Amino acid sequence: MSTRTVELELATPSVDALGRPVRAPLRARPRIGHGHYDEDFGAEQMLVNIGPQHPATHGVLRLLVELEGEVVRRVVPHIGYLHSGFEKLGEYRHYNQLIPLTDRTDYLAPMSNNVCLALAAEKLLGIEVTERCAVLRVIACEMSRIISHLVWLGTTGIDLGAFTPFLWAFQERERIYDLQEAWTGARLTTSVTRVGGMMADVPEGWERGLRDFCRGFPRTLDEIDRMFTRNAIWCGRTQGVGAIPAAEAVNYSLSGPMLRASGVAYDVRRDRPYLGYETYDFDIPVGEHGDIYDRYLVRLEEMRQSTRILEQALDRLERLRGAPLNVSDPRLILPPKSRAMSDMEAMIFHFKQVMEGVKPPAGEAYVGIENPKGELGYYLVSDGTAKPVRWRIRPPSFINLAALPRLCEGALLSDVIAINASVDIVMGEIDR
Amino acid sequence: MSALSPSVAGLRAAFGDAIGRALVACGDTVVVLDRARVHDVLRWLRDEPGQGFDYLVDITAVEYRDPERPLEVVWNLRALARRADLRLKVELDPAGPLEVPTCTDLWKGADWLEREVWDMFGIRFAGHPDLRRILMWETYAEGHPLRKDFPLRGHFSRAEQVRQALGTSMEGHYALPSDLDVEEYA
Repeated sequence: MSTRTVELELATPSVDALGRPVRAPLRARPRIGHGHYDEDFGAEQMLVNIGPQHPATHGVLRLLVELEGEVVRRVVPHIGYLHSGFEKLGEYRHYNQLIPLTDRTDYLAPMSNNVCLALAAEKLLGIEVTERCAVLRVIACEMSRIISHLVWLGTTGIDLGAFTPFLWAFQERERIYDLQEAWTGARLTTSVTRVGGMMADVPEGWERGLRDFCRGFPRTLDEIDRMFTRNAIWCGRTQGVGAIPAAEAVNYSLSGPMLRASGVAYDVRRDRPYLGYETYDFDIPVGEHGDIYDRYLVRLEEMRQSTRILEQALDRLERLRGAPLNVSDPRLILPPKSRAMSDMEAMIFHFKQVMEGVKPPAGEAYVGIENPKGELGYYLVSDGTAKPVRWRIRPPSFINLAALPRLCEGALLSDVIAINASVDIVMGEIDR
Repeated sequence: MSALSPSVAGLRAAFGDAIGRALVACGDTVVVLDRARVHDVLRWLRDEPGQGFDYLVDITAVEYRDPERPLEVVWNLRALARRADLRLKVELDPAGPLEVPTCTDLWKGADWLEREVWDMFGIRFAGHPDLRRILMWETYAEGHPLRKDFPLRGHFSRAEQVRQALGTSMEGHYALPSDLDVEEYA
């Protein structure tokens, strides 16, 4: 019997009599073992190459798929096409000079990478940032989460044949990009943080733009919700596909929405709070089946929660109007340009910082933050000089992608595309 | 903030001399282990009821600029339920064999992480089922990029790098798992 006919039974029961969404039973897509015979394709063994240049691989990823009929026996991923040696390069750069490199790792959420690096360097130095700076960094992280999830949602929709939500998602993403541009001067390579503070405060009236976004965005999310959540095709392609139970998700070191969709309620923002996240009011969505559909639900809800956090952060920002942005330590933060040009002392500090850089004491620090794709960790080892001995990036999508062969076992070839999309990878971070 | 993790006392009680110095670095506990007992220690930390370090955060390595200092292999573990972290290290003499036991049998997630450490540092993980390079290609001849004796621009001249890139067969770049035979499908 072909599996396709079973799937069609999903068509209508996704809403119950009261209009509430109903989960299709997991058995909708039984797992098929080796030797499965499909009438259309037979059981012939094939080796299919996908990528590295293919829109559905979300970057330069090559998948070698071993098939038996239409059933996947094994997936062998090949990565490294975008390897740029950031970790090596980091050993030749000052700490503040690492920040532009972080933009280019997870380039779908550049601002939260910037924040993580600043946090790691500050942990090495043992300093605390100002309250206003922490609020701005929370805003940066949550804006990043929204744009990253929007790209995920749009491209995954396209991979499964839904074009319209892609346009809605990218339209909203554009609004955040405009705000990002107004704040940092760049859309993608933001480099917004500095060790001990921020590169710049937000410009006058910027908060109004973000408030407008927070008002309008939930409406778009509702539209996407209506389009996808009860859609028979979407449910059929995602429910029960690429599922991984909680214990295995932990064993594979999955993190972020991938882990939470499997029912493990671990979110760094709540369980290892940084930047005062424990003082914000937000919920952490957790799935139960660990399939693509649950990952979708988790990410959709996370965007709503991010909007909540943004609104609270904007209220605090208003209260902190005029409060200092950077720590007041001339060894860390550049003096204002006017003072550097008129005051001898300030000029010396300016010169020393630019030429020598910030020098943390010898030691090591690991900081993990909840990036949109999972736990991003920066592990810095210092020998007391201005350049790190080692800058290790714990790349969440590298570790999540490592589970792809397991997620694809016994799935159909068309599911490989959906499962790969659901992992939410970004090759800049995987290959570094 | 700066107290040693209580797991250190448990480790010392269970493994005695195999546990070297323990220190607190920026609030996190770091424990140095004897190489021979790494696998036992990791298994104990994962399975011992009071410990429960069920989540492998990361595996990496560190080489210092000072050539006298040993190479370090670093495991970052986490007990999800207790929200506790622990960092373990093994020191390797750069002149001796660069090899530590694999923990892919304990955590599936260790697979790619160990491959990356092998690729970047040339540290082997004994017992790893599929220890191929991962970011660099398999025929890459310049060594292991994150070692300190590896120049930023590589060992070879730009001309030599281009010559090698143009001269290799494309399939030579891709190492496959040993049990996958492409010829079978030709």
